[in-house]
Amino acid sequence: MSRRSIETLVGLFVLMGMGALVFLALKAANLASFGEHKGYTVSAKFDNIGGLKPRAPVRSAGVTVGRVKSISLDAKTYQGVVRMEIDNFVKFPKDTSAKILTSGLLGDQYIGLEPGADDKELAQGDVIRQTQSAVVLENLIGQMIFNRAADAGSGNGGGAGGAAAPKK
Amino acid sequence: MKSDALIEIDHVTFGYDASRTILADINLRFERGKVTAVLGGSGCGKTTLLRLIGGMATANSGRVVFDGETVNPRDSALMLRQRRRMGMLFQFGALFTDLTVFDNVAFPLREHTDLGESMIRDIVLMKLHAVGLRGAAGLRIAEVSGGMSRRIALARAIALDPELIMYDEPFAGLDLISMGVAANLIRKLNDATGATSLVISHDVPECMAISDHVILMATGGRIVAQGTPAELMASTDPETRQFVRGEPDGPVKFHYPAPTLAEDFGVGRAA
Amino acid sequence: MNLLAALGARTLRSMGGFGRAAIFFMDLLAHVPAAFARFGLVVHQIHAVGNRSLVIILSSGLAVGFVLALQMYYALVTFGASETLGLVVNLSLVRELGPVVTALLFAGRAGTSLTAEIGLMKAGEQLAAMEMMAVDPRARVLAPRFIGGIISMPLLAVLFSAIGIIGAWIVGVVLIGLDAGNFWGLMQSRVDVWRDIGNGVIKSFVFGVVCTAVALYQGYETEATPEGVAYATTRTVVVSSLGVLGMDFVLTALMFSAP
Repeated sequence: MSRRSIETLVGLFVLMGMGALVFLALKAANLASFGEHKGYTVSAKFDNIGGLKPRAPVRSAGVTVGRVKSISLDAKTYQGVVRMEIDNFVKFPKDTSAKILTSGLLGDQYIGLEPGADDKELAQGDVIRQTQSAVVLENLIGQMIFNRAADAGSGNGGGAGGAAAPKK
Repeated sequence: MKSDALIEIDHVTFGYDASRTILADINLRFERGKVTAVLGGSGCGKTTLLRLIGGMATANSGRVVFDGETVNPRDSALMLRQRRRMGMLFQFGALFTDLTVFDNVAFPLREHTDLGESMIRDIVLMKLHAVGLRGAAGLRIAEVSGGMSRRIALARAIALDPELIMYDEPFAGLDLISMGVAANLIRKLNDATGATSLVISHDVPECMAISDHVILMATGGRIVAQGTPAELMASTDPETRQFVRGEPDGPVKFHYPAPTLAEDFGVGRAA
Repeated sequence: MNLLAALGARTLRSMGGFGRAAIFFMDLLAHVPAAFARFGLVVHQIHAVGNRSLVIILSSGLAVGFVLALQMYYALVTFGASETLGLVVNLSLVRELGPVVTALLFAGRAGTSLTAEIGLMKAGEQLAAMEMMAVDPRARVLAPRFIGGIISMPLLAVLFSAIGIIGAWIVGVVLIGLDAGNFWGLMQSRVDVWRDIGNGVIKSFVFGVVCTAVALYQGYETEATPEGVAYATTRTVVVSSLGVLGMDFVLTALMFSAP
């Protein structure tokens, strides 16, 4: 085989490999959706961030507009601080609220933004004031049991009170 | 004053491990411009000698001197300089099977010189012409016969016009015609280029015909005899006589050491 | 007592073997820069090792894609999660099967051919002849093959994964009739370029180093006989495969453990 043809074939091989890589990156991964768009960073504090992870999506009306950049703990207030990057194409009012929601019933968690009514807009470095923490399943269950117990207690108030007295 | 010995083997002892000594305190000189043959049976250390001269092995003690400089395999710059002045013909050619005949002979030229392709082409064809194979330049190695491959390897070995040409069993496995051709080439090349040739062989007639000086070695790396071909042929020493005449039994025994016949076959007395 | 001595001798021999292998590897790395200067040789080797492996890699990739799609479909459909087929196949291929299966196939096809080639060159005294001509066989013969191998492996692994996904698409969307939008869309939202594809490429690069170095070492150290070469090629496949699977475990634990 001549030198020329070998070099051509090798070049072809390398191009095919690169092409496959590009195919994988664009068609089969998240490079296309949130590639090089510039964004501005805002932060929000939550009592409980639940299962939120870095790189989780930030959505408004179900449309992905950004990504969670980092999650840390505020040492003074013991709240979770979530820093997120929002696409430059979307501006939110200063009184936007951030909730930690779950996609589906048991899916991954993401941040949902609900826009407020303020004239002023969120800028780089601003803090979202209104936040709603993640729903923690254990608390829900505990609440449910407590509510059921409370209903049962108010229904048979005397019975419960009688049951409370020590029996000898 | 330049000594007329191109190579000196000075009190060299060599063994791959402590139990087997291949060369024991050998002293040899190889004279410039002459064809020297080293003869001996298999396993007497002749090939090891070549490897020591080429720097592919290091002597346990003593030194090997090439043109006044001690051969030191650890010094790669020195080895580069020395090896460029040597050419070696390996036993079965050792041609590069993935290259053509032309590329094989051109290999040392391309690796060690900056000559342009047209000049390399001329030199390669000249070398091939010297061994009679100029027409075979385009063949692949798989297409050449055994005798041809040795000649191509020779062309490759002389590509850089070395001062020392070493031949490792150049006559082994050749038919009479090819042997004659090979012997002729060795002598002619030596005389035409003024090189020094070192032939390792156990082929007595051919070596005697072309050598200026013959060294006979025996197992264990002993030098049995050395001198001109005529001197060795006329020698009265039993070991020398057995080798040069090819006698089946003598100082080199026919029988491999074995228990007596009585022990092996249970016969009453040894025959 | 003899048994103990034999065991001790065996262990020492293995240690020696490890040591020789490590020295060989470092020698190889030391000659890599010189080989880059003769890039023509490297290109030739990429052809021998990479191009020549294309057929088996592509056909295996397609077949694995088909089978993976079928198997995953049967499993997922019982959970009503069949629309995640694309995502599942993609992750399996890009993270694991692509690099590992390609490496195993590579060891079998290219690794054995390298070992046999080097072994036969050694048996035919070609390497010694090169040394005598003051050309370092490690720089001229070994290093270009090493670089050829480590360049080819990641390319082959990526091609394997890509064609595997296409194969899965053929089975899942075209034949079974799943929704194409879900197939690609879920993949796009959940597969991360750096974490999944990037780590897969790093893995295949490491596997390339392992397979090529082992193949070259076995060829270089082989006994110069036909049996020796045959034995060396078997060892190449065995040692490469074990090395790949071992490194896969280590790399997977390192790369994919933290969320």
